[in-house]
Amino acid sequence: MIDYRIDRGSGVPAYVQILEQTERALRMGTLRVGDKLPTAKEVVAATGINPNTVLRAYRDMERAGLVALRRGLGTFVTRSLARPGAENDSPLRREATDWVARARAAGLERADVLALVTAALDAYDTEHDSTTPGDREGKKEDA
Amino acid sequence: MTGPDASTALCATGLAFRYRRRGNWALRDCEFTVPGGRITALVGRNGAGKSTLLHLAGGLLRPTSGQLRVLGAVPGTAQARARVALLTQDKPLYPRSTVADTLLLGEKLNSTWDRPSAERIVREGDIPLHARVGELSPGRRTRVALALALGKRPELLLLDEPLADLDPVARGEIMAQLMTEVIERGMSIMLSSHVLPELEETCDWVLVLRDGRVELSEDVEELRASHAVLTGPAGQADILAGAHTVVRSRTGGRQLTALIRQRGPLRGDWHVQRPGLQDILLGYLQAGEPGHPAPAERTETAA
Repeated sequence: MIDYRIDRGSGVPAYVQILEQTERALRMGTLRVGDKLPTAKEVVAATGINPNTVLRAYRDMERAGLVALRRGLGTFVTRSLARPGAENDSPLRREATDWVARARAAGLERADVLALVTAALDAYDTEHDSTTPGDREGKKEDA
Repeated sequence: MTGPDASTALCATGLAFRYRRRGNWALRDCEFTVPGGRITALVGRNGAGKSTLLHLAGGLLRPTSGQLRVLGAVPGTAQARARVALLTQDKPLYPRSTVADTLLLGEKLNSTWDRPSAERIVREGDIPLHARVGELSPGRRTRVALALALGKRPELLLLDEPLADLDPVARGEIMAQLMTEVIERGMSIMLSSHVLPELEETCDWVLVLRDGRVELSEDVEELRASHAVLTGPAGQADILAGAHTVVRSRTGGRQLTALIRQRGPLRGDWHVQRPGLQDILLGYLQAGEPGHPAPAERTETAA
């Protein structure tokens, strides 16, 4: 079961936060096909956010084919976003963990680490001229 | 839940109200329609007419002219009273009655009464049923008043500053409780509040009053999508004024920050941010103030 946390001060609309947290859980494999999402009522009771917002997020996820509503039973995950290599116990994940530990030991702050990763990603993408579709994080609203 | 626009919660045409004693207009030329199933934030500065509007909707006052409908009915009529609940700031409870007697009174006074719900709301606040209402903390009193309002299973719940005297934990609990009621019954809520951060992600419709007139009555998502916060060189102010609606702008040194309602493509060199509901509401509340921009504008931080 996933626990949604809504940051009201972030400026990111709550339904986007729900979408992003679900997608992240699907990528990390903490949510898997067949898992049940909390009911809209449970999300509302836990977060105090507007029910229409929760329903909208669930509708969007259903439309995107990530989840399916089974009448009387609840909303279930129907598709995984986990890619081979991104699971908790994958070699890539292990290497990333080691690398982060080295970066922290070298005195880098969180923002420095993120900047390094972003720079490396940018350099890679420029070199290979690949724009990955569905890269939400790359989308900024200032356009 | 039915679609959010399935019915109309509140509708005002030419609504005006004057307190005879004071002689000035508390509400004037009010025209708005709030769809059903919405959680509406009623926002405005002190004296803007929020409480007056809620009292009119609850049937405690009669319009001086124009009309107001709640769920299609005239406020105060039997048809409206059965479906609308109003919780005013003074929370009229009998201080010497016990909580149990208060709930019993609610049961007697209302044709429909949901005892389990009313008792659950009280119980979840750890309020002893034998306690006298007058001896409860303000937060607990609010909870009892809310139990009384929700016990009659209203289709429209009107709340005047419901959270004002609650601590942060109780605020969160009460809000979550209200939202749960909304999802279970498709109830509409209109609540007035000065605490703008709490309205974010809670309300999906806003009604902004200024000096007794309606400044905004709009869907929150549409408000967010149509407004932008711009930062750029001060010299560009003129480009904005013609093309868009500038809600509020301020200049600090060479930099201009403006909240606009965008009316078309944006020309000029701007850093654009999507505002939160709070930024938009604050912009509208400040915009109409006489003498604004004030000399203190430079010290204000760009939100």
